[in-house]
Amino acid sequence: MKASPQHIELRSSPHYRAPDTVDVIMRNVVYALLPVCVFAVYLFGLSALALLVVCVAVCVGTEHLFCVWAGKRSTVGDWSVVITGLLLALTLPPAFPLWMAAVSAFFGVAVGKIFFGGLGYNVMNPALVGRAFAQAAFTLPMTTWSPPRAPGRFTEFIPSTLTRPFMEPVSIDQWLDRVVPDGFAGATPLALMKFAQTPTDLMPLMVGTIPGCAGETSALLIFICGLYLIFRKMMDGRITFSILLTAFLLSGLFYWVNPDVYPDPLFTLFSGGLMLGAVFMATDMVASPETRLGVWVYGILIGVLVVIIRLFGGLPEGVMYAILLGNAASPLISRVTQPRIYGAAGKKRKKKENNAS
Amino acid sequence: MVMTGVLTQLNPAHILRRSFSHGIHPPENKQYTENKPIERFAFPPELYLLLSQHAGKPSVPIVKPGQEVVRGEPIARADGFVSVPLHAPATGVIKRIDLVPTAKGPRKPAIILKVYPGETQQVLYGAPRDVDRMTPQEIIEAVQEAGLVGLGGAAFPTHVKLSPPPGDQVDTILINGCECEPYLTTDHRIMIEQADDLVRGTQILMRVMGAERAVIGTEDNKMEAARALRKALPDDGRITVKVVKTKYPQGAEKMLAKALVNREIPSGKYPSSVGLGVYNVATTAQIGELLPWRRGVIERVVTVTGPGVGKPGNYLVPIGTPIGFILERLGYHGSARYLITGGPMMGDTVSSLDVPITKGCGGFLVMRPEDLAVHQMEDAYPCISCGKCVEACPMHLNPCHLGKLAAKRRYLDMDAYHLFDCFECGCCAYVCPAGIPLVQYFRVSKVMNREMKAAAK
Repeated sequence: MKASPQHIELRSSPHYRAPDTVDVIMRNVVYALLPVCVFAVYLFGLSALALLVVCVAVCVGTEHLFCVWAGKRSTVGDWSVVITGLLLALTLPPAFPLWMAAVSAFFGVAVGKIFFGGLGYNVMNPALVGRAFAQAAFTLPMTTWSPPRAPGRFTEFIPSTLTRPFMEPVSIDQWLDRVVPDGFAGATPLALMKFAQTPTDLMPLMVGTIPGCAGETSALLIFICGLYLIFRKMMDGRITFSILLTAFLLSGLFYWVNPDVYPDPLFTLFSGGLMLGAVFMATDMVASPETRLGVWVYGILIGVLVVIIRLFGGLPEGVMYAILLGNAASPLISRVTQPRIYGAAGKKRKKKENNAS
Repeated sequence: MVMTGVLTQLNPAHILRRSFSHGIHPPENKQYTENKPIERFAFPPELYLLLSQHAGKPSVPIVKPGQEVVRGEPIARADGFVSVPLHAPATGVIKRIDLVPTAKGPRKPAIILKVYPGETQQVLYGAPRDVDRMTPQEIIEAVQEAGLVGLGGAAFPTHVKLSPPPGDQVDTILINGCECEPYLTTDHRIMIEQADDLVRGTQILMRVMGAERAVIGTEDNKMEAARALRKALPDDGRITVKVVKTKYPQGAEKMLAKALVNREIPSGKYPSSVGLGVYNVATTAQIGELLPWRRGVIERVVTVTGPGVGKPGNYLVPIGTPIGFILERLGYHGSARYLITGGPMMGDTVSSLDVPITKGCGGFLVMRPEDLAVHQMEDAYPCISCGKCVEACPMHLNPCHLGKLAAKRRYLDMDAYHLFDCFECGCCAYVCPAGIPLVQYFRVSKVMNREMKAAAK
């Protein structure tokens, strides 16, 4: 009897594929965000934890429900919506009422992602869409800050966290008097800088023991977590680098012109949400350009916008709008920065050929 | 294995080596066969000699059923300039001329040769001659007469590559020993074992093309080959061996030109337009081996490997040997499912055990489902515009955008994004984390694009 395999199958080349799939990449981004989350919980306690849990749960639930409603297989398995949930929670003030966080999370995923067609089709980063919604709808709680490392933060919530749904946030003044008896400025370093021209020391800025959004405070930690992703080739370090460099240089220029009015460039780099935005938000693969040159244009655009909004805008912080604008511009950036293909006639040779003919 | 990979990456000699830009690093898997010397393979009872195993017009048979042929005798003639003759790989009798399955799928006409069992199979055909006394034109004719085609896989008739368009002056010959496909070690072994033939072939090529120098290019995972070649080089210094960084698809003509001499071959032009002639090491070694004896291509080195085969190795296989016979002789794993001619990046799976080895086939891979399991995905995710394909494409195309256009069936719009510069190396589909079959899309797109243009006329 002639030997032969039982049956042979056909497939078309390439028969090999790299092991990093979308869910692996997204899962690793979640891993990279975990230290930032842990630090947020350390700083702000139960309230930050509840914020994280609620945002992730609502984001995942929203995507799942919409998939079920559309009669499609649920896409929550790709882990991208978990990132959205975590990022949204990390960019909200720790004392943010949970019901408002839930509404923002729903809005971010539903309008920012699902309405466009889900993963891969969203124009903007869904977490930032959610945050922009919160900023517009809930202005007061979005600027109510709580002190880091408040005593008793692991045993009790900040009062406003547990505000009943559709109610005005509970005032936290009483709680503040209790936990910080010698008075709490109630402003972020950026706001202090903008409205009082009071700079904050660099060390607490980098380590993160300052008031601010739940996960944006420790620039250093965020940066280290980003390095992990860059090392695993799961994040585009060029975007982070170009944003930070542009922001540094441009704010450095203003500081050089008038150091009395403008903050020094290191302050710009480590304050507010710039690090979180540059590392985890602007690098959202879907909403950033895919071409080599485009990535730099995108990064520089965001860097410039951040500095312009911070220094000349009405808001102390401009990272969110800068990234959203960058997101909106990225298809156009991709389009005008198509790579020069191998063997394409350069300008020089084209000229020569034209002259010859 | 991972550790050695990291060590190579950190080796300063490796870091300083040149390469082309972009490309990928798939697992090499050459350890199964790279140290196995070339071994002569048995003759099968029947050989299937496809009339079209080269690019160009099929050969025309000059034998009739029932006719006896000796090993090395021509059995089909070239049909015009872009075509080559065929030679009998074994002494035997012509059974019939019939359709046989091919690696690409469709059945094509072939001469079926019944091999005489017990025959010594010595090559009696041919006569020695002094190549150094032949004029370039005579050598070009002799190369066609020998049935030589690009043995690296493209199977383009070699004598056509030796006749560049008028006006193109070739100053440098590149000999392609990169063999960037995972698993394959054919060229690697030829460089080690046939270094002298290779050098002689290179010298012949230089003389024909009037080139002052030649560069034999290989990758730094084949240092043994580089050492063997350097030993065999003549003292005049016109031929050099250059080692470049291991990367896929370095063996592609255009990438090689960039890596070795930093020249870009313009889109749609021959290498000769930038003064280059590019030839594969196996082809060059065959020129050096066959021309002085006036013989034709009757066998070739094939790496038979993959986790599914019993005795992997590098074998000198008669052209026309059905792959079923190779499997039978070497044994295979019970769950072998995929039979791939060529490498895992660009090779074709075959649908029949009767598919014969052709001149362009340097590898035969036997894979089990579990070997490809880590490389498979059940469902594709949507494109997340991560740009990994853009960073991988050696042609610097934008596969991400091309893929979106293909998915929307906007085939004609793909021209603006240089669809036809894609040579289907598979880098984009390899890196795509969403598992989008980009290369497969582009194959369909090219066909549809041509059809739509033809229909519009």
